[in-house]
Amino acid sequence: MTAVLMDYDEVLERFEPVLGLEVHVELSTATKMFCGCANVFGAPPNTHVCPTCLGLPGSLPVLNRAAVESVMRIGLALNCSIAAWCQFARKNYFYPDMPKNFQISQYDEPIAVHGSVEVQLADGSTCTVDIERAHMEEDTGKSLHVGGSTGRIHGASHSLLDYNRAGVPLIEIVTKPIVGAGARAPALARAYVTALRDLLRALDVSDVRMDQGSLRCDANVSLMPRGSSTFGTRTETKNVNSLRSVERAVRHEMGRQAAVLASGGEVVQETRHFDEATGTTSPGRRKETSEDYRYFPEPDLVPIAPSAEWVQRLRATLPELPWQRRARVRVEWSLSDLELRDLVNAGALDLIAATVDAGAPAEQARSWWVSYLSQQANSRGVELADLPITPEQVARVIALVDAGGLTNNLARQVVDGILAGEGEPDEVVAARGLAVVSDDAELTAAVEQALAAHPDVAEKIRGGKVAAAGAIVGAVMKATSGQANAQRVRELVLARCAP
Amino acid sequence: MTTELTRLSAADLAGRIHARDTTAVEVTQAHLDRIAAVDRAVHAFLYVDADAALAAAAAVDNRLRCGDPPASPLAGVPLALKDVFATVDMPTTCGSRILQGWRPPYDATVTRRLREAGVVILGKTNMDEFAMGSSTENSAYGPTRNPWDLDRVPGGSGGGSAAAVAAFQVPLAIGTDTGGSIRQPSAVTGTVGVKPTYGGVSRYGLVAFSSSLDQGGPVARTVLDAALLHEVIGGYDALDSTSIDAPVPPVAQAARAGAAGDLAGVRVGVVSQFRGEGYQPGVLRAFDVAVSRLRELGAHVIEVSCRSFDHALPAYYLISPSECSSNLARFDGMRYGLRVGDDSSRSAEEVMSLTREAGFGPEVKRRIMLGTYALSAGYYDAYYGQAQRVRTLIIRDFAAAFERVDVLVSPTAPTTAFRLGERVGDPLAMYLSDLCTIPVNLAGNAALSVPAGLSDDDGLPVGLQVMAPALADDRAYRVAAAYEVARNAADGPLAHRVPDLTEDRLPPPSIAEVVGR
Repeated sequence: MTAVLMDYDEVLERFEPVLGLEVHVELSTATKMFCGCANVFGAPPNTHVCPTCLGLPGSLPVLNRAAVESVMRIGLALNCSIAAWCQFARKNYFYPDMPKNFQISQYDEPIAVHGSVEVQLADGSTCTVDIERAHMEEDTGKSLHVGGSTGRIHGASHSLLDYNRAGVPLIEIVTKPIVGAGARAPALARAYVTALRDLLRALDVSDVRMDQGSLRCDANVSLMPRGSSTFGTRTETKNVNSLRSVERAVRHEMGRQAAVLASGGEVVQETRHFDEATGTTSPGRRKETSEDYRYFPEPDLVPIAPSAEWVQRLRATLPELPWQRRARVRVEWSLSDLELRDLVNAGALDLIAATVDAGAPAEQARSWWVSYLSQQANSRGVELADLPITPEQVARVIALVDAGGLTNNLARQVVDGILAGEGEPDEVVAARGLAVVSDDAELTAAVEQALAAHPDVAEKIRGGKVAAAGAIVGAVMKATSGQANAQRVRELVLARCAP
Repeated sequence: MTTELTRLSAADLAGRIHARDTTAVEVTQAHLDRIAAVDRAVHAFLYVDADAALAAAAAVDNRLRCGDPPASPLAGVPLALKDVFATVDMPTTCGSRILQGWRPPYDATVTRRLREAGVVILGKTNMDEFAMGSSTENSAYGPTRNPWDLDRVPGGSGGGSAAAVAAFQVPLAIGTDTGGSIRQPSAVTGTVGVKPTYGGVSRYGLVAFSSSLDQGGPVARTVLDAALLHEVIGGYDALDSTSIDAPVPPVAQAARAGAAGDLAGVRVGVVSQFRGEGYQPGVLRAFDVAVSRLRELGAHVIEVSCRSFDHALPAYYLISPSECSSNLARFDGMRYGLRVGDDSSRSAEEVMSLTREAGFGPEVKRRIMLGTYALSAGYYDAYYGQAQRVRTLIIRDFAAAFERVDVLVSPTAPTTAFRLGERVGDPLAMYLSDLCTIPVNLAGNAALSVPAGLSDDDGLPVGLQVMAPALADDRAYRVAAAYEVARNAADGPLAHRVPDLTEDRLPPPSIAEVVGR
């Protein structure tokens, strides 16, 4: 059944959307949250498991210090207060992919609370999103439902369980209700998740791969009639697994809920699933009664009481954060608002900054990323950041050009080689023989040949028409596939034809 | 000769083995023979692995033969392990049908430390299912009998461990104590049982009943033996976050010092809450005699009131079922143990439900339901939250008492061993068995039970409980050792007055009885 949607403009005329975004982030710590098993993605099923992450009788959790430090750094970067004392709780519910049938999670005492993040939307406007909390929990295993048509449990003949993911450290970051975004709500949702992704990447605490589930977003959406200040009933759309889908899911829910309300119906508080193919949401498991997780303090772990010194030490490890970087480069690179917005939207800012950090001049770094590399990304249909080339490699190519070792044309060929997986810039130069030829003996021979091939031009030069030298230089460049040092060739031509 | 070996203390056996007057294999064989002779009547063991035990004993002998020092003061001494500790080479059932035949892929830290110390593990002992009970009648594999009177229970939940020690099947055993499951069985079987300070013995590999209360500890026939075993299993373990990173209190030294029989200057508090209604007169008389003996040893005895202890039992029966309802959720038939109803017509939820219905006994179900209720939204504050506040008050009462005295004493249990079946239909009466032991668990401090003679009204063993502050376990050992020496000097060792069991007084439990429970 296709949901009836209200026209977007009409939605906004009649309702104010309220958002609440919950983002789950898998940390990229070496080991799991409560045991020594490796935290890796994509290993053969049930190869990274032990008594603890399998929840075997008698096993006990031991907290991963690196995970705690990661969440504290995330909290600090989000301007949160770090709790002086916090603890874990057990969230009790039965599900086969939960080894213990309870999840160890923080509940009423999260480690980081009350923060904010500045978000820049695609139109260049900015918005501050308030953060309610960031807390730690353990991931569950994965169920694979076999034999059904949908991959969902309904209709499956049996299920397979992979516990490699069980116990992977998970951080949940929850916003306060976001009110007043109006028409920008879907774009703001997307911009917020993008900002978090960039922040987490800058902190180097997660792979932040939405396609692999290391960054997952649940979008809570409700509508309140214009002029009202009472929140409407919300729905929670789960596991929206791309940035674009976040925006689409919010927009769809706004239109759907508005249509339900306009027709006199009531929005059902429920979990919904987003369908990438149709861009629509559909109801998930309907709960007859509200789930009672029977939270209580986890007795197998001791509370965490981060000292002021510890917090201070972690604060000192924070890198330049994306919004700090934006403010800085705007001044340093003399960018207009429009230019800055385009760089941000193209996902080029951090790459350029990293290229500059690796030693390249800002102007050239910008030029590479926004022109040639952007074209390459477009033709491959990938994000700029996902091109198989690093800022360090780009900086090296720029350095070779500056040193006269490469022409711009050669440099593009080197970049092509890097993108093709042929190795580091210098390896590509060597393997493809792309270095600019400055060797006089080699160049002299080429010049002699060109002069011999064009005796009339040679004569003109000897007669004092220096401008004619260009034709010989061109011939030499052609004969050397562009690798000759043009400046040197010109000098040699003029020397040979000296009157 | 071999019969004599089973009458010796662990310290004596170790001395003879290490001096090579006898061998660990000979000692082990003697105890295996004793088990074969009496366990049909007692049913202390759920599993005995004679071959593995003899091999472990031979390894100890080989080492000694090569002139290497013993791995520990107890190397070569046989021991029985409560069936709640994970063992890679033996099943671990927790007395439950839901774990019938389950073989853990890992050893508990206690198991590992015993092996590393050269202690010879003979087998696994019977227990109330998942350590819930005070009589060992809640075992899915049939009850254990009290060696003092086979018609009576050996206490619980660790009735198997206590009975095995009392029946001279082993000189040492390991139990676990959540609300009294080491001390109460020890009291009613005339053995020594210790609940160490919470965090003093690793819980890694101990199948949890109530995580904030469970604690493993030694069972023995003498205070010194218990202390030696305590030192083998105690100490910090990085695998248990609640383990205390501090040295094991010097309990063996304290036991030896106490044996000198001098308690001059030691301040002993008698808890005034632990008498009155529900206490067997013979138990109270034995306790009063014990207190006068402490006075004779030079102790300064005063009465101490700990009013919050009156609320300990209800608080315990909210906290422990709450934690148990969560800890036992993992037994769902999905990954290990029993699975019922998996005929591909039922959903995972239905299989979980059928498995738990068939796999858990009535007491376990009762506590899971109690705990689930107590943690439910809207009830949490009134039940779990309130119980935690009582817990805080109990901790304060102990702290205030230990400002005034070095140790507290009480009867370990209000009554002597009761008859099989007597309290099965009355859970509240059963719960009262742990009236005197529970406050210590709630506060996390140390306590032990030492034999205090026989009750003059039924001739059955009575235990004296000695309670000490957290991490001061050695104080309890010192007082208990002094008392033990004085009592033995007056009346002879209590343990040796247990009846001869080789003449079967009961038919062995029938298969139907074992399987049907």
